[in-house]
Amino acid sequence: MSGKVLMKGNEALAEAAVRAGCRFFFGYPITPQNEIPEYMSGRLPEVGGQFIQAESELAAINMVYGAGGAGARAMTSSSSPGVSLKQEGISYMAAAEVPGVIVNMVRGGPGLGGIQPAQSDYFQATRGGGHGDYRTIVFGPATVQEMVDVVGKAFELADKYRTPVVILGDGMLGQMMEPVVLPEPIDPASLPPKAWATTGTGGRRPPVVINSLYLDAAECEAMNRRLQAKYREICAREQMAEIAFPDSEYFVAAYGTTARICRMAIQEARARGHRVGLLRPVTLWPFPAEAFETVIGRAKGFLTVEMSLGQMVEDVRLVVAGRAPVSFYGRTGGVVPSSDEILIEIEKMVEGGGSM
Amino acid sequence: MTSRDTERPLGAEVVYERPRALADVVTHYCPGCTHGIAHRLVAEVLDELDVAGRAIGVASVGCSVLAYKYFNVDMQQAAHGRAPAVATGIKRVHPEAVVFTYQGDGDLAAIGTAEIIHAAMRGENLTVIFINNAIFGMTGGQMAPTTLVAQKTTTTPRGRDPARAGYPIRVCEMVSVLDGAGYVARAALSSPSNIARAKKAVRKAFESQLGGYGLGLVELLSSCNVNWGMSPGDALRWIETDMIPVYPLGVFKDRSEAGAEAARMEVAG
Repeated sequence: MSGKVLMKGNEALAEAAVRAGCRFFFGYPITPQNEIPEYMSGRLPEVGGQFIQAESELAAINMVYGAGGAGARAMTSSSSPGVSLKQEGISYMAAAEVPGVIVNMVRGGPGLGGIQPAQSDYFQATRGGGHGDYRTIVFGPATVQEMVDVVGKAFELADKYRTPVVILGDGMLGQMMEPVVLPEPIDPASLPPKAWATTGTGGRRPPVVINSLYLDAAECEAMNRRLQAKYREICAREQMAEIAFPDSEYFVAAYGTTARICRMAIQEARARGHRVGLLRPVTLWPFPAEAFETVIGRAKGFLTVEMSLGQMVEDVRLVVAGRAPVSFYGRTGGVVPSSDEILIEIEKMVEGGGSM
Repeated sequence: MTSRDTERPLGAEVVYERPRALADVVTHYCPGCTHGIAHRLVAEVLDELDVAGRAIGVASVGCSVLAYKYFNVDMQQAAHGRAPAVATGIKRVHPEAVVFTYQGDGDLAAIGTAEIIHAAMRGENLTVIFINNAIFGMTGGQMAPTTLVAQKTTTTPRGRDPARAGYPIRVCEMVSVLDGAGYVARAALSSPSNIARAKKAVRKAFESQLGGYGLGLVELLSSCNVNWGMSPGDALRWIETDMIPVYPLGVFKDRSEAGAEAARMEVAG
């Protein structure tokens, strides 16, 4: 199938997951992501898959742990308060090296927060989120098409590295409709076999065990060192970012919905004669440090814009490491910044208002 | 090399040996603990039903956390209380597999209450082995939801006072009222005759899964002599004198054809 179709973000993401070979979805209702489980409940049985509306987010992520450990491509989706509950299972998946995809259509927090779009779960997503020394691969798509594209990539990397992968959207991306080109479907039966998965021994091989318990401290440390080696490989190979106007002197760093609004502000700033570009991380972890390095030599300043009160800006400061001023502008709690507000901040940066 | 492979003296007959579904390893269980008996019953049933090759077990958190080392089948270790959810994910991927959880009373009846109730509600074709020893064993003898009234634990040092700590929770009675439960029974690992009955219940709980009757759950009243502060013998006697009156033994539900027939006979008198 080719050609563009008009789809709502959440439904496009769900269909892309099915086409990526996902046959098992476990979820629990929460706004603003309900279209994903609703779509999966109808679609998965058509392709021989299984949908369960779980009793809780805890149960849903642990069903993903079971299905992923049993060798299937499995997914769950939620929004911020629900994703907090999933952190237990994500930590276990990271430790036991169980692949799976977790979608977070982020809404305002903390606590019950609100149901409007936000980016305030960046820390939770990119720092592991649950207990222990681990990371998850995190994608921060900015369009419905990119959301479709990263779903396939998410399942591919989850299997390749045997690790949970997070797609960090927001309420706006999930609810908007845009034209998309959907990928060709993958038959899950065509995917490489997983010798480590629990399938039953068939009496032909020793048992396999999916486990994260290491009572011996040295063994637990060794497991952690294995994970860290894997994370270093991911950092080296899997960074993704977009740079618009790379020959600029100033850069706005933003991801997801915010990056779209920044793009409008940048166009206006450039019309006013300011040499401003956009540096848009697509992978939030690994953070695309290499993209920053390509512009750092000529960059006179960075402005980080987020729908939070300052989370990704910490990664920008770590990467820039004092080589240029880094300023920040954020709205939160479900408030979406306007391009006019961002334009004011861009002009402040250009006029030398950036702080280290 | 297992005992099965070694040559036997001429004329000698094997009358007792390790089930093939049990790994040939030393367990960490305390002397006197009945987990070993429960493991053996499960393994014997897996052998007798000839399903070990398609069995996938889910170990829980508690004393039985290391069960993944003891059963000679594919295993997944689950977060505390989540074993029925993990097992659900496995079973939906491999409907032909024989999937079981092995959970203690803290795991199943405290932190995992929602998971067991909803696995039963959905009628998941799973087998649940539920060890009720009226205490948190692994963490050193704290109160469990199944702790008896007046029973002393490290968190009920003056005995469980219902006014402050509530009453023992009866899991079989609770699960058996759910339409999706296929087989629910309680047995005790306190004497040879009770163990023989427990074995039958474990077998029925697996047969319920094989027959597609829904969730099969066997609650096994078990001893924790170390945390109860008793000798192993006294602990077994305490199951009979103190636990069984609170947790009556029997079959609470059997949706299999044989079970339905038995129920009809009972009604007919």
